[in-house]
Amino acid sequence: MADTPVAAAPAPAAAAKPAEKAKIEAPAYREMPGIPALQPGSMALSRPYVANEKIQEALGFHAKLDDDWQVTHDLAIARMGELLGKSRALKVFMDSCVHCGACTDKCHYFLGTADPKNMPVARQELMRSVYRRYFTLPGKLFPGLVGAKDLTREVLDDWYTYFWQCSQCRRCSLYCPYGIDTAEVTMAAHSILDSAGYGQKYSNEIIGKVHRIGNNLGLPGPALINTLEGVEEDVKEDTGVDVRYPLDVHGAEVLLVTPSADFFAEPHIESLIGYGKVFHAAGISWTLSSKASEAGNFGMFIGNYEQLRKIALRVREAALELGVKRIVVGECGHAWRVAYAFWNTLTGIGAGANDPFAIQLQKQLDPNYRQPSHICELTWDLIQQGRLKFDKSANDHRIITFHDSCNVARASRMGDMPGGQFDIPRNIIRAVANHYVEMAPDTIREKTFCCGGGGGVLTDELIDLRLKGALPRMEAIKEVADRDKVNFVAMICAICKAQFTKILPYYGYKMGMAGGVHQLVSTAIVLGQEQ
Amino acid sequence: MASIEVNGKSYETDEEGYLINLADWTEEVGNYLAQTESVVMTEAHWEVINFLRDYYNEFQIAPAVRVLTKAIGKKLGPDKGTSQYLYELFPYGPAKQACKIAGLAKPTGCV
Repeated sequence: MADTPVAAAPAPAAAAKPAEKAKIEAPAYREMPGIPALQPGSMALSRPYVANEKIQEALGFHAKLDDDWQVTHDLAIARMGELLGKSRALKVFMDSCVHCGACTDKCHYFLGTADPKNMPVARQELMRSVYRRYFTLPGKLFPGLVGAKDLTREVLDDWYTYFWQCSQCRRCSLYCPYGIDTAEVTMAAHSILDSAGYGQKYSNEIIGKVHRIGNNLGLPGPALINTLEGVEEDVKEDTGVDVRYPLDVHGAEVLLVTPSADFFAEPHIESLIGYGKVFHAAGISWTLSSKASEAGNFGMFIGNYEQLRKIALRVREAALELGVKRIVVGECGHAWRVAYAFWNTLTGIGAGANDPFAIQLQKQLDPNYRQPSHICELTWDLIQQGRLKFDKSANDHRIITFHDSCNVARASRMGDMPGGQFDIPRNIIRAVANHYVEMAPDTIREKTFCCGGGGGVLTDELIDLRLKGALPRMEAIKEVADRDKVNFVAMICAICKAQFTKILPYYGYKMGMAGGVHQLVSTAIVLGQEQ
Repeated sequence: MASIEVNGKSYETDEEGYLINLADWTEEVGNYLAQTESVVMTEAHWEVINFLRDYYNEFQIAPAVRVLTKAIGKKLGPDKGTSQYLYELFPYGPAKQACKIAGLAKPTGCV
């Protein structure tokens, strides 16, 4: 490579001149937040890139949409039948909706886009109408009377468009009088699309990387080592203390499994630095793993149990190899849902699975701790035991609010009491900082609004959707920024961090306004003198 | 498959304009890709691009933003070793936009 820059730009042929990019802007804040006037079809062109054959085949999915529609049709209906047969819940969710409309104005994507197909009830109707046609007697006999629809290419395109405008955040489920888990419907739709050869590039490419390299980012072992060594140098420079960020250490007490973005992106890496300082200050031996270098599990986003399990098993393999006593999960929203709700039966982390390796792991792990634990549970326990010291004034330049991430808030728990997943992160923030305020009550805790980037839509080509979907959350942030001068939104999810970092500038805020709870811990923690 | 044409030669790209074959990259291709991103390349930009390519050759992945800022800071002075400086050079983010211009694979995941 030449050392001097090439000054002259090439002169491409006119036809090859780069296309002008459409200017993308954040939607205007609403003067009176409420149900928007409908704009039918306003998001009909919002579609993520379709996975290519190579990406599809690597996951064992049908390679592409078949030239013969009948083949695609049959694959989709067969998968739908399979899922309905396996999941009684899905069948109930298909049958029990009465179209009451309680969900309509609860969805951030509907509120931000005004596209009626983004009303959760309407989005799900895309699948229910097909369900009725193929799986219910009235729909088979009198489709017109019961709103049953044949699965056509147009219908499947609508699925692809609108089921990739749902972040599986489950806020609508919270308000559903029948308790329909709308995220399950979206997951089923994604799974059916995959089986029909209509996969989404972003999610499926990432899952392929996990199998091939070990994490969503595709960070190989040497890059991990290089990054962690750099972090150790930085922390030494900042604090004068030798804090270690160990990788693949056999016999460590704790295996920390964290999203790979924590090794790569800003502000994610600040929380990684915080985890290490907590372990150091408490004198707990810990390790990261190159095999389990990813907490995220996009198998959930695509509704695929086999992928979910295959990705989760990497954590079990690493834990068995390293002989650890505890498994702790870093700041990642959906990872905590997967860990909390699925790892037990998938892998035997916790109790549930009963294959020999699962039983071996259950014997290996220390029963005195929750398995797995969230890093916030670990830190909060240590704070309560008086094992961590903080200089809260170190965070005095920050006025902080907390954004509840949907998968933690509505699909998991922390600690020993109901609502622990809300209280524990807040308790930590209050223990490490002096200035904390809450956003509006109908936008926090279980009623939290999605950041707009969850569930597999955190991809550049969906930036318009992401900006619009962030509107309700941004309105709540703006309120506390205006009123209380909030300048730091703390969170415990890698997707939320990446999403806010990208969208905050569009809304007129600095990207550094978003950060992790353990970033705050990192700022305030007092490290003992090096032995 | 999408492609771009630079000086009469065609190069395969993905849907987002990232080069498929990393070996295809030349400085002219880099300049062309910068145009598609509306980035006007200066010596400062090339410092970043060259570092990214060197790092990628060694580790098969772009460096973490932190690693990049530190390296640039060492080379060009501490006032340049900030992510703010990198965002001034590459407004859509040093990781993705600079990787694209450098002809490297796009970092994926929660970034």
